[in-house]
Amino acid sequence: MSSTPEQPDEQPPGDDDDFEVYGFETLAIHAGAAPDPTTGARTTPIYATASYVFDDVDHAASLYNLQTFGFIYSRLTNPTVSVLEERLAALENGRGAVACGSGHAAQLLAFSTLLQAGDEFVAARNLYGGSINQFSYVFKNFGWNCHFVDPTDPENFRKALTPKCKAIFCENLANPGGIIVDIEKVAEIAHEAGIPLIVDNTIATPYLCNPFDWGADLITHSLTKYLCGHGNSLGGAVIESGKFDWAQNDKFPALSQPTESYHGMTFYETFGDFGFTMHARAVGLRDLGPTLSPFNAFLIITGIETLGLRMERHVQNAQAVAEFLEKHPKVDWVSYAGLKSSEFYDLAQKYMPKGPGGLFTIGLKGGYDAGVRMVEACELCSHLANVGDTRTLILHPASTTHRQLTEEQQRASGSGPEVIRLSIGLETASDIIRDLDQALSAA
Amino acid sequence: MDHDHYSDALLRKILNDTKTIAMVGASANWNRPSFFAMKYLQSKGYRVIPVNPREAGTKILGETAYANLKDIPDKVDMVDIFRNSKAAGPITDEAIEIGAPVIWMQLGVRNEDAAKRAEEAGATVIMNRCPKIEYGRLNAELSWSGINSGVISSKRTRKASGPMRRGGFSSRRH
Repeated sequence: MSSTPEQPDEQPPGDDDDFEVYGFETLAIHAGAAPDPTTGARTTPIYATASYVFDDVDHAASLYNLQTFGFIYSRLTNPTVSVLEERLAALENGRGAVACGSGHAAQLLAFSTLLQAGDEFVAARNLYGGSINQFSYVFKNFGWNCHFVDPTDPENFRKALTPKCKAIFCENLANPGGIIVDIEKVAEIAHEAGIPLIVDNTIATPYLCNPFDWGADLITHSLTKYLCGHGNSLGGAVIESGKFDWAQNDKFPALSQPTESYHGMTFYETFGDFGFTMHARAVGLRDLGPTLSPFNAFLIITGIETLGLRMERHVQNAQAVAEFLEKHPKVDWVSYAGLKSSEFYDLAQKYMPKGPGGLFTIGLKGGYDAGVRMVEACELCSHLANVGDTRTLILHPASTTHRQLTEEQQRASGSGPEVIRLSIGLETASDIIRDLDQALSAA
Repeated sequence: MDHDHYSDALLRKILNDTKTIAMVGASANWNRPSFFAMKYLQSKGYRVIPVNPREAGTKILGETAYANLKDIPDKVDMVDIFRNSKAAGPITDEAIEIGAPVIWMQLGVRNEDAAKRAEEAGATVIMNRCPKIEYGRLNAELSWSGINSGVISSKRTRKASGPMRRGGFSSRRH
């Protein structure tokens, strides 16, 4: 090897004096997943085990007291699941993550860590319909009261805040309507009130938007969608930025006060900037039990390895399909923030410069009946209730997911009788367009 | 020295070179953070000597507690300060007096003036960090709890105990 005096000798790994800064694609493949320490297996093994042996009684006591790091029981931690968790924390530029069985479970973990019975929070009204149900009914039974607001004006969040509010929640790219929330402004409003902003980043994914860069404090995910990416497993996660001061006021006693079920240990004092993650795991997963299976974690880890590539193509295909549909005579409107006609185009340029995702809605001139005929006439696009698959998915909310609602409620949530939701997949764009075109001719 | 960011190489070197830690503010109460850290560091092969006037002469986790740093009869490689930022000032001066090469202030503890005095005296100063957390992070143990270690490696890790052994690059997303 030749070297000039100006060039220092190559340093062995780990002896560099500064951070190596890695790109998104590298982290999507490597973060959290060093070779298996026992076997050297390069792909993350599926640790199908319920429990883990203790070295001795003192080791067991240290684990139960959270005094040392390690595995006790897979309801709390599992080596396959923890690879996924660290990967998510790295991709979101966060401090820590806790994975769980679904996106709904992630919301349960987040709010159960922050709220006591009698507390309140403010949420955008443009959310995945299942979240509106969860917040409106089951959460109410827990004594947690949600105020829904129109998120297109950030000031609406401020107006709805009460002294009992412990968080603001929104989807930065709302499902289904192509609505983008100005989360930088919403974060300011939350921080002025001394409470965290929780952003659901499911539809945008960390490849297209990093909510922590814009002031969010917690991120929730349904991993079932683009992160898994292949429509084969359910999962959820909560990720913590590590920047929120949980002791700035007395609103978050679970974190800032001694925890009775850990004999008076205080989570924020003991674990600092990952105190939320430790509590969501050691209390949330322990006591509520919505654990992610290591098999699902393995499939999601594998999916995440190609997240960047897939999102690029989802966005490309969505843009092509949206432009085609916008000109179609049977289509009244297309709500995709990648179109210049969208009122969210400028916000998309700010928050998602690589593209506003692969999910959008269209309105049919023929109304409800045309919607039913269109979904039934598709040959390539799959008529089902999911998003973020390799396959293109089509849904008529008014006759399926939103059929229990009144027409007024349907319209308020962006799912009126004429609305079709499309989750554009990774097939050849011209094939997707051809199928939608023939389905529209039947509509 | 930049006290907002410490390189992994520096933290590894400190945790490798250190054998004996004087822990100022060590508590005998099992649910206090200092007790957590002391117990963990002992399990990794470090000798941890508690310093706490209220516990002087008693034993914490098998080690005799001392009222102050100057009473410790043995050589100390690191002084770990589990007290508030103001109290860290005079403790740092005492640490300089006994010639501790590393002065480490815990999570949430920062005293810039004291750090400057210690660095002028030739000591290395770490602030607002926990040696337990940094040891766990650099040895992939923190990862077991879903915490972002910032470390990427294509090398197989070995069971962490005693001196630091793990290589790998530290990473941040750009």
